[in-house]
Amino acid sequence: MSSLYTGVFKRDLTLAFRQKAELLQPLMFLVLVVSLFPIGVGPAPEILQMIGPGVIWVAAILSSLLGMERLFRDDFNDGSLEQLMLSGLNLNLVVAVKITVHWLVSAVPLLLLSPLLSMFLHMTVDMYIALLMTLLLGTPLISMIGAIAVGLTVGVSRGGVLLALLLIPIFIPLLIFATSAVDSAALQLPYFSQLAIIAAMLLLAVAFSPFAIAYSLKVSQN
Amino acid sequence: MWKWLHPYAKTENAYALCNTLLPWFWAGTCVFLSVGVVWGLVFAPQDYQQFESVRIIYIHVPSAILSMGAYVAMAVAALVGIVWQWRTAFMTMIAIAPVGAVVTFVALFTGAAWGKPMWGTWWIWDARLTSELILLFLYIGVIALYGVFDDKQQAGKAAGVMALVGVVNVPIIHYSVVWWNTLHQGASISKVDKPDVADPMLWPLLICLAGFAFFIAAVSTVRLKSEIVRREMHRPWVQKLVSNDGVSSDAI
Repeated sequence: MSSLYTGVFKRDLTLAFRQKAELLQPLMFLVLVVSLFPIGVGPAPEILQMIGPGVIWVAAILSSLLGMERLFRDDFNDGSLEQLMLSGLNLNLVVAVKITVHWLVSAVPLLLLSPLLSMFLHMTVDMYIALLMTLLLGTPLISMIGAIAVGLTVGVSRGGVLLALLLIPIFIPLLIFATSAVDSAALQLPYFSQLAIIAAMLLLAVAFSPFAIAYSLKVSQN
Repeated sequence: MWKWLHPYAKTENAYALCNTLLPWFWAGTCVFLSVGVVWGLVFAPQDYQQFESVRIIYIHVPSAILSMGAYVAMAVAALVGIVWQWRTAFMTMIAIAPVGAVVTFVALFTGAAWGKPMWGTWWIWDARLTSELILLFLYIGVIALYGVFDDKQQAGKAAGVMALVGVVNVPIIHYSVVWWNTLHQGASISKVDKPDVADPMLWPLLICLAGFAFFIAAVSTVRLKSEIVRREMHRPWVQKLVSNDGVSSDAI
């Protein structure tokens, strides 16, 4: 049985790497948005350092929204999602596998890009380490919560803007705690509590989101 | 235990229940809202620091409290709909949603109008204002998601999932923004022990709260009735209802 889930994993990974443009575009968007800020607010390092964590996190959320639709859209359109649902596999596990793949191909490149972004915004090493920790804990959360909304809007044509409308309010606590952690790191303060809260939200999402996603996919298949 | 609730999964019974409850809701609205508003706006004492402008509290506080209450009611309806597959529950959910959104907007608007003379600014990124604004976004998200589906049963389920995701988030949002920034005064009447508001102001406030609650219930019930009729247009009982109305009022 588990080889079937491995099969889903490999299939999704292969498909993702065959559509390289779709993987790269959100990342390019991320870099472009972040590099707009120094141009927009002026190149003074102290200002950039102050707004840096917020800018990177906002850009990360927006770029992940752009790539989010990929999660179920192609499988929904060509009917393979329906086949997966009819196959007798545990749908909760299938969506968990799909989210893992999505995180690997969308968030890991983001993590790899993060040193460049923090350098653009003159962040210190302490701040960068805190940023990396928050991204490590926060991006899976984005993928999981986002997948619920993607599951609901996958059958809707042009659901992209709607997706942003649904998800941005939900991501606000994450944004608050993540930027607060990096700000604490900038002041040499401990930021473990903020990380702990993000981790708690992540665990909550791990526990409940597969069911919500499976249900929302069933709603979309009607 | 749940047996007495089950009949209302049928639209016909739910419609009859609406008709039974609606006069009571309107009566409660008229009594509580008129008493509370007149007492609050005319007879209640003014504040020693804020003078007359404190009177906006009688609109602001009930709408702020009930904006959250309506969201919870909406989420409970969504949960009932998802768990027991009741069509009427989803109809109730979407009947409440725009009402709740408007109440949230009223709370924000009165808050801004109160903030201008008191804090010297229309808007401040304070914890409670921010969480109220996010609540408005959550309402709009649910309504927008409901709107994009042509099949309204499917739309109800989808919007229901989103309402539930939102209701899990409301406390998280609330506490996160409290931690993030705070200028607004702390809770003054929702405490379990003796409230901070003096009795001459507290009573009209509570009466206004009850009046607003009845008003929201009444408007939601009217919306639920029209939603039921719209969705069940093809059913014989609705046809009969419409034709009976036509005969009795000579409208057609």
